[in-house]
Amino acid sequence: MPQTTATLTLGPVLYLWDGPKWRDFYFRIADEADVSRVVIGETVCSKRLHFTEPHIAEVVERLTAAGKEVVFSTLAMVTLERETQHVRNLIANAADLVEASDLSALGLLNGKPHVIGPLINVYNAATARLLAARGARTICLPPELPMDSISAIAAGAPDVDYEIFAFGRMPLAISARCAHARSKGHIKDNCQFVCADEPDGLPVRTLDRQSFLVLNGVQTVSHTCQMVAAEMRALREAGISRFRLSPQDCDMVGIAAVFNDLLQDRVGVEEAIARVETIYPGAPLSNGFLHAREGAAWVSRARNVAAQSAL
Amino acid sequence: MKIPPMVSAPLHFVPIPLIERVTRIVFSKVLSEHPDLFARLGTYREKRFAFRPTDLPVAFVVDPSRPSLSVLRKSDDAKADCTVEAKIVHLLSLLEGRCDADALFFAREITVTGDMEAMLALRNALDDSLIDLPTELGKLAGPFASLVSKAAAGVRGRVLPQEQHRWN
Amino acid sequence: MELICPAGTPAAFREAVDAGADAVYCGFNDETNARNFPGLNFSREELRNSIAYARQKGVQTLVALNTFMRAGSEALWYQRAADAVALGVDALIVADFGLMAHVAETYPEQRLHASVQASASNVEAIRFLVTAFGVKRVVLPRTLTIPDIARIARKIDCEIEVFVFGGLCVMAEGRCSLSSYATGKSPNMNGVCSPATHVRYRQDGGELVSELGDYTINRFPPGEAAGYPTLCKGRFEVGDSHGYAFEDPVSLDIMDHIDALREAGVSALKVEGRQRGKAYVAEVVSTLRRSLTAQGAERQALLSKLRHLSEGQKTTSGAYEKRWR
Repeated sequence: MPQTTATLTLGPVLYLWDGPKWRDFYFRIADEADVSRVVIGETVCSKRLHFTEPHIAEVVERLTAAGKEVVFSTLAMVTLERETQHVRNLIANAADLVEASDLSALGLLNGKPHVIGPLINVYNAATARLLAARGARTICLPPELPMDSISAIAAGAPDVDYEIFAFGRMPLAISARCAHARSKGHIKDNCQFVCADEPDGLPVRTLDRQSFLVLNGVQTVSHTCQMVAAEMRALREAGISRFRLSPQDCDMVGIAAVFNDLLQDRVGVEEAIARVETIYPGAPLSNGFLHAREGAAWVSRARNVAAQSAL
Repeated sequence: MKIPPMVSAPLHFVPIPLIERVTRIVFSKVLSEHPDLFARLGTYREKRFAFRPTDLPVAFVVDPSRPSLSVLRKSDDAKADCTVEAKIVHLLSLLEGRCDADALFFAREITVTGDMEAMLALRNALDDSLIDLPTELGKLAGPFASLVSKAAAGVRGRVLPQEQHRWN
Repeated sequence: MELICPAGTPAAFREAVDAGADAVYCGFNDETNARNFPGLNFSREELRNSIAYARQKGVQTLVALNTFMRAGSEALWYQRAADAVALGVDALIVADFGLMAHVAETYPEQRLHASVQASASNVEAIRFLVTAFGVKRVVLPRTLTIPDIARIARKIDCEIEVFVFGGLCVMAEGRCSLSSYATGKSPNMNGVCSPATHVRYRQDGGELVSELGDYTINRFPPGEAAGYPTLCKGRFEVGDSHGYAFEDPVSLDIMDHIDALREAGVSALKVEGRQRGKAYVAEVVSTLRRSLTAQGAERQALLSKLRHLSEGQKTTSGAYEKRWR
């Protein structure tokens, strides 16, 4: 099957980074990273909005000047009136694309071109067709989906771009309760922004000291880092045209370079994996969801060949 | 919550074949009254289930695919895919769906080991089956009838009254 | 306010009807619903008989088709929607947009409820479901306080149903992949959370150790009340401390707040527990029914009797009270 041209998207920074760190990260991305699209804006917790707000204009300007398409992310969990108002304002005033992360954004974006983020439940082509008819241009599929579902969705609703979560700790859950704040003796309403102490998240281990999950404020992400490498060819053949890199506290310019080399066939799978492990040594890699296994699993390349030929 | 010694103590001395004969009669009686009992098990019908009353010296192994029931001394090795251990009164009330298994588990009154999915299937099958042991046993004929049904009713009478008001 | 009660088997269904449910919700015995457990749920024939039993007593039957359709296998969900409509269920409880659209187009007369799994937690989200699919009632996620609910209720053209008793999801429902991260099976895709196939219990000294897949979820010292082996209620190590990182083994009970919920504009109170036995259903439903009309101390006394049935033998008000966050 012919492969579509594929590009990289940089997902939103999911963690709480202080304003200057956040700004400098995007300046470097603008100047050095070969990504076609950059999604920016707070996604996890509305209490964090003021950290990045002073820097948004200069970041957008720098990214746009560098030829990157900017997409604004929305809040994943909207319960308060103030949060609804934030989403409403963002959608009403955005000159750029907006990415929906919850049902309120979905409703408000009806009829406008927009992006569906990985936190919206798209599990089948019927849902993808419905969203496309309402104006979705790109759908970043949920990390939980296996290859079989991804292919069936892309084949069954071809009038939209598809994106896959290709690198980063996977968002697994979100709660009204802030486990991160609670672990440090605070509650959400008086959290003192302790999640800023861990720019790459706070590890949760089992009682037998197995690394397991990572806390990011009200969000829980995987301990493992998603790494789409051997599966990339099959995914592109299935019609996936965008690969999302989710920022971790590491050299994301280097990560983007590895994935561009993979997209251009300039590097082998094993070498790409080795380079990623050097740049981001903190987390074991995983790709289990793609293979209909537990998400934390790593399915090695040998077994991938069989999985690919089954596609 | 202790079971009356008149039920447990003699079992130490009763030969296994005799206990087995009685429980098998009960088992086949229950099966004939509830032919759909194991239908909900689906593929878990092929599994073997062990019941180990913590306050009796014997264990029961049920094999729904045949269907058969065997009685073992506790010291014997009961081969089963999953095992539930609890006081006999709790096992009996689970059999009748008079207790909620999850609530007993939360209270640490039962322990379950082995194939949890099979055990869950059996729990749900029993829960839907509307077994009423004293009534079933009352229909029994033969020399054991009065002994067994009296014992069962005695167990219920002694240990369940404080629980019965909860759901009746 | 209606009392919406769970049933995992026809026996539990009858108990719920007899104990005073206004409506009973249940699912087919397959992956189309979020309690896809072995030996649980209804065949078409069992559902037909149960609906007839309920109707004769003036009780409604709601059918949950609240998992997300597996790409390529949508026909199973469509078939179950057709079955439920043909059997005359009073409402379908749906989470997947694709399935909602199918039901709205194919059976425009069929009453549609948005499942808690759809995760509609605000006014705009509910408006989306009402406008796009004609949803008549939305089951709110367990992420809102009672004042939040009151504020939402004033602004929507749709009934509100809230969970008042039973299992408590700590994470926003329909948005949690913790189970599949550890086991490969999830509520959204497979209708199971922490599936029994991946659960193991073992005794370690006097401790009861629960494991899910390759991970230790909890160690219960002797005599300590236990809970389900779900990840969000496990004991973990965070930083230098051990404990319940997300929530204790505990279940939800906000029956004490039913007057505030009525005031807030809630139409229906939902009891979780399709996986529980008929004894549980009978006891909980009859007690809640009585406590709906009881006052003050009498209500307290009724409700306190239910605590021994709860996970960890403890209850919480969850997110309905702000300080839980």
